[in-house]
Amino acid sequence: MATTLTEHAPHADAHHHELSFVRKYIFSEDHKIIGIQFLFMSLFFLLVGGLLAAIMRWQLAYPTDAANPLPGGGLFPETMVNNGIILPEFYNSAVTMHGTIMIFFAIMPLLVGVFANYLIPLQIGAPDMAFPKLNMASFWTAFPAGLIMLAGFFVEGGHSSAGWTQYAPLSADPEWTGVYAGQRLWLISMIILGFASLMGAVNYITTVINMRAPGMTWFRIPLPTWALFITAILILLAIPVLTGALIMLLFDQTIGTTFFASATGGEPLLWQHMFWFFGHPEVYILILPGMGFVSEIIAAGSRKPIFGYAAMVLAIIAIAFIGWLVWGHHMFQSGMNPMLGMSFMVTTMIIAVPSAIKVFNWLGTMWRGDLHFHTPMLHAVAFVAMFVIGGLSGVFVASTPVDIFLHDTYFVVAHIHYVLFGGSLFAIFGAITFWYPKMFGRMMNSTLGKIHFWLTLIFFNLVFFPMHNLGIAGMMRRIYDFTQYEYLAPFQGLQLFISWSAFVLIGAQFIFAFNFLYSLFRGEKAPQNPWHANSLEWTAAPSPPPHGNFAHTPTVYRGPYEYSHPDTPGDYWPQNEPGPAAPAPEPVYAE
Amino acid sequence: MGWLPEAASTFADSIDGIFYLILAITGVIFVGVEAVLLWFAVKYRHREGRKAYHTHGNIRVEVVWTALPAVLVVLIGVLSIRPWLHIRSPDSIPPEAYAVDMTAKQFEWNASYVGPDGAMGTDDDVTQRNQLHIPVGRPVVVMLRSEDVIHSFFLPEFRVKQDAVPGMETAVWFQATRTGEFNLACAELCGTGHTRMGGRVIVYSADDFDAWLLAEGAGPPLGARLASSTDQP
Repeated sequence: MATTLTEHAPHADAHHHELSFVRKYIFSEDHKIIGIQFLFMSLFFLLVGGLLAAIMRWQLAYPTDAANPLPGGGLFPETMVNNGIILPEFYNSAVTMHGTIMIFFAIMPLLVGVFANYLIPLQIGAPDMAFPKLNMASFWTAFPAGLIMLAGFFVEGGHSSAGWTQYAPLSADPEWTGVYAGQRLWLISMIILGFASLMGAVNYITTVINMRAPGMTWFRIPLPTWALFITAILILLAIPVLTGALIMLLFDQTIGTTFFASATGGEPLLWQHMFWFFGHPEVYILILPGMGFVSEIIAAGSRKPIFGYAAMVLAIIAIAFIGWLVWGHHMFQSGMNPMLGMSFMVTTMIIAVPSAIKVFNWLGTMWRGDLHFHTPMLHAVAFVAMFVIGGLSGVFVASTPVDIFLHDTYFVVAHIHYVLFGGSLFAIFGAITFWYPKMFGRMMNSTLGKIHFWLTLIFFNLVFFPMHNLGIAGMMRRIYDFTQYEYLAPFQGLQLFISWSAFVLIGAQFIFAFNFLYSLFRGEKAPQNPWHANSLEWTAAPSPPPHGNFAHTPTVYRGPYEYSHPDTPGDYWPQNEPGPAAPAPEPVYAE
Repeated sequence: MGWLPEAASTFADSIDGIFYLILAITGVIFVGVEAVLLWFAVKYRHREGRKAYHTHGNIRVEVVWTALPAVLVVLIGVLSIRPWLHIRSPDSIPPEAYAVDMTAKQFEWNASYVGPDGAMGTDDDVTQRNQLHIPVGRPVVVMLRSEDVIHSFFLPEFRVKQDAVPGMETAVWFQATRTGEFNLACAELCGTGHTRMGGRVIVYSADDFDAWLLAEGAGPPLGARLASSTDQP
């Protein structure tokens, strides 16, 4: 190594040529490879989560209907699917595992594992993460956690069926669900995954604080990195609470403690407090990065600076801070003191304000822009349109009296999917198509991208908008056979419609999968900066960037959103292009 | 299409009222924001020679669109407080409310009515599974418990929902506004049989309720109980 270093001393990537295949692509310390490893892993889990949703939707379309057996039902053991009929045990497992896998193994790693790893060093002008080995350890901790979670499907008694929220005592004693090994594997996997998240979070925070290129001041950091930085702080503070709760629950399961079992002095509501104290920050962990990606894509797609950059940063910080004070709104009907419910209602109402600021600032960014509707831009604009619906439906359930009726109904299912699918997943599709050329050096096919986008947008709404109506009609979520209730039986037609829309929605995702895999090999070669964007990953590094990212550490002269500046000939102005610093912002009341 | 089930309790007016108020406010915002988004998407789409207008923002409009949502959500919050406390505060439970004990377990609701001795929790209490019999026009308080896991006591037409948590006793009160049969559901995932943990609420006129009590061998007629409870300070 010593000779290599003397030969190529100025280059940060001097030694990467010598890496073996295993060190380069499997046990890699390169933040970009680790991000791509997370990408493949979490896209696989996205598929698993989608298939679990399809199983649930089949049961809801044809509740316990022997005339319409589950296609491929013969592949399952009789303890899951009997004569084509999905059994309630398996349905409850599918509900639980759809939520668990989508939240913890698909959306969260897609947002954070993939893009925090891939983008942060590139956007701040760093050669890699602060702790590359810890970063590698993070992926190789998440990976076995995923295997353990998958193993739960194959053990006797089936997988955990206590809901992704794992409310005790249902989750605390196998007696109540009949699930033994599956429940324990669920807990062990989640505990291990928590450590992977913590290793990542420590890395992202340290990297952003310490490794910014010269001139990359805090208020010149691109918004995806801002959002991921704040998200990492949330992860660092929230995950240990969850891990603690999970360990207590595992002890209740295995060694006879009774933290959450009331019969022996435990407290079931303690679980809910601990879970939601983690769980509500988790909601923002799942949306803030998406907001960051969408800001980046809308600014580049509109050829305009972000409207109110400082307000956007402050809104991210405000959401992250207030997000710690709202967890009790999940517990309005739990028997918690109604006075406490009242104060949680007030904080919950307040958190709508920074979310509204962000929406208006995105509209302001598009206003008088020069909008290029490429695939990432379509996804980003759809994010705004769908997030508005998810945000507004949140106001209904934030109001304590209205929540009495809507709590635990399909209205909540609609709300969470408008935020997590309409929001986070559209942002993820936008981000993957936007940064794909940087990651793989090839463009994704734009026609396939647009077909996938429109099918997804249309069928997403056909699936989830009617769920508001089911909730308003009083249909409970997580119900195996709603036709058992006389007042819900008339909704079979609507459930059938939702299910078939869901099957098309899931089918449309294979267009994305095909485009993703096909473009890896046959995609058009990507230029260094296909979107004419300003930030360093586009302007200072080739596509894909080598190990070490930049040939020379870039110097930053201005903020990341100087699009269509009157003093420049083109419509963008790279952050690292020498030249006069951007003139002082126009007077405040210019309009 | 689904809409709120036809109401059958005194809570429905205030809950449905706030629901419709939020629907109106969010409906206007929804239509407004989506319309502006579409309008911008069409109006400012890329055309040859278009150059975007370079601006970093405008403090004045940002203050306005921060303040406006803040005022609206605080308004909704403030309007929610009084009905919430009316429904949930222990102080709101009318002292003359007719008491029923409700014990949930996997996967049934067991309602107990006071026996002829007039005291709850004695051997002569009358217990019925998956049925709740109550009088119309009188406040009822359900003392909610669970024997095993968390269940949730949900009466859609009454706009009542309250978790039954093992180790806790939670008082839920409400007042029926019309006679008839209504739904009782479990709204919290409670295990394999969760889906069949439903029941009926049967609401009687005062006379019919007394007749039902008599027929089932349950406690003193309601009229008598009300009289005796008002006699004592």
